[in-house]
Amino acid sequence: MAEFNLPKNSVVKKGKTFPAGKGVTNIKRFHVYRWNPDDEENPRMDVYEVDMDTCGPMVLDALLKIKNEIDPTLTLRRSCREGVCGSCAMNIDGLNTLACTKANSDVKSDVTVTPLPHMEVVKDLVPDMTNFYNQYASIKPWLQTKGPAPEKEHIQSHKDREKLDGLYECILCACCSTSCPSYWWNDKKYLGPAILLQSYRWLVDTRDENTNERLDNLEDPFKLYRCHTIMNCTNACPKGLNPAKAIAETKKMMVARKA
Amino acid sequence: MSKKSRPLSPHLQVYSWQLHMVLSILHRATGIALGAGTLLLTWWIFALSSSREAYQSFQGFIIHPVGRLILFGFTFALIFHALNGVRHLFWDVGKGFEIFEVKRSGMLVVALSLIFTIAAWVFAYMQAGKL
Repeated sequence: MAEFNLPKNSVVKKGKTFPAGKGVTNIKRFHVYRWNPDDEENPRMDVYEVDMDTCGPMVLDALLKIKNEIDPTLTLRRSCREGVCGSCAMNIDGLNTLACTKANSDVKSDVTVTPLPHMEVVKDLVPDMTNFYNQYASIKPWLQTKGPAPEKEHIQSHKDREKLDGLYECILCACCSTSCPSYWWNDKKYLGPAILLQSYRWLVDTRDENTNERLDNLEDPFKLYRCHTIMNCTNACPKGLNPAKAIAETKKMMVARKA
Repeated sequence: MSKKSRPLSPHLQVYSWQLHMVLSILHRATGIALGAGTLLLTWWIFALSSSREAYQSFQGFIIHPVGRLILFGFTFALIFHALNGVRHLFWDVGKGFEIFEVKRSGMLVVALSLIFTIAAWVFAYMQAGKL
């Protein structure tokens, strides 16, 4: 049975407030999830008042401004700052997205920032991604062929290559998987939208010859079929991809091969 | 490393409710309600076939405002679950997955469920000559 409430050690408490300096007029408040593994405290929400006149446009700019100028203990992952690496995936204003591509001005009132939902927290906004990466490895995300290797590359027509559009762009940020209630309640057994989109990327690749074995691997009550088309995944994807559609197409492949 | 176990990040507590999410859980809730409501129908059929007194006691329950409210809820659950089921059938063949389509089909299902439920009750009261 799914546990809808947070465990006792995870209940979020009220935190500290860091007021803006004197003379600052253009203030935006950022409520940020904090948890320190080195003390015995519960997680808390700290409030930072940020001077928007000297802040970049994106939520990531604000978070880095907080880290650089207000509170250097704030911990988060970030790298490319342009929506390519997927490191700064987090829950902003109730929806999963990348902090680097989410504009501060998109959030009308205060900005609330928490880690990707229903994940073990390593520190502050950094979740433990081990299970997610293990699940990715479980679908063998590489080209598998049976015959001898071709002399040069595996040839693919333009038309067949187009089948990978909308799939290969996935950056594995986990925004979709951690937005999915089905994944929240069964994250050890259900693969979740991101991994299933990746799985479909190999299923439709005409160069891959292990399609049947890949489908066999999904023949399980949980791995694929815990998707109930809730649609949070597609709604969350910061790259505009459609994991729900990829899952539906995978389910169709399962049915088609039995016929 | 700390000995303390890591906390679980907030999920339902922070996630912003969207229409598609509400309709998804409502689909399941109405499914459960229909299961329970079928017992009501069973009671009705048994009462019909057993005796006058049995039917009167069923009638007494269903005519009571609480009984009517339950029946109204059952009507809505039946119609919503059927219409949203059609939506799921479209998804099963891979259609209607764009977010704008999901929003549109969701609103359509809500609107039609309300209209059909109310229409069914207006029709029933008219048949009974109460309207």
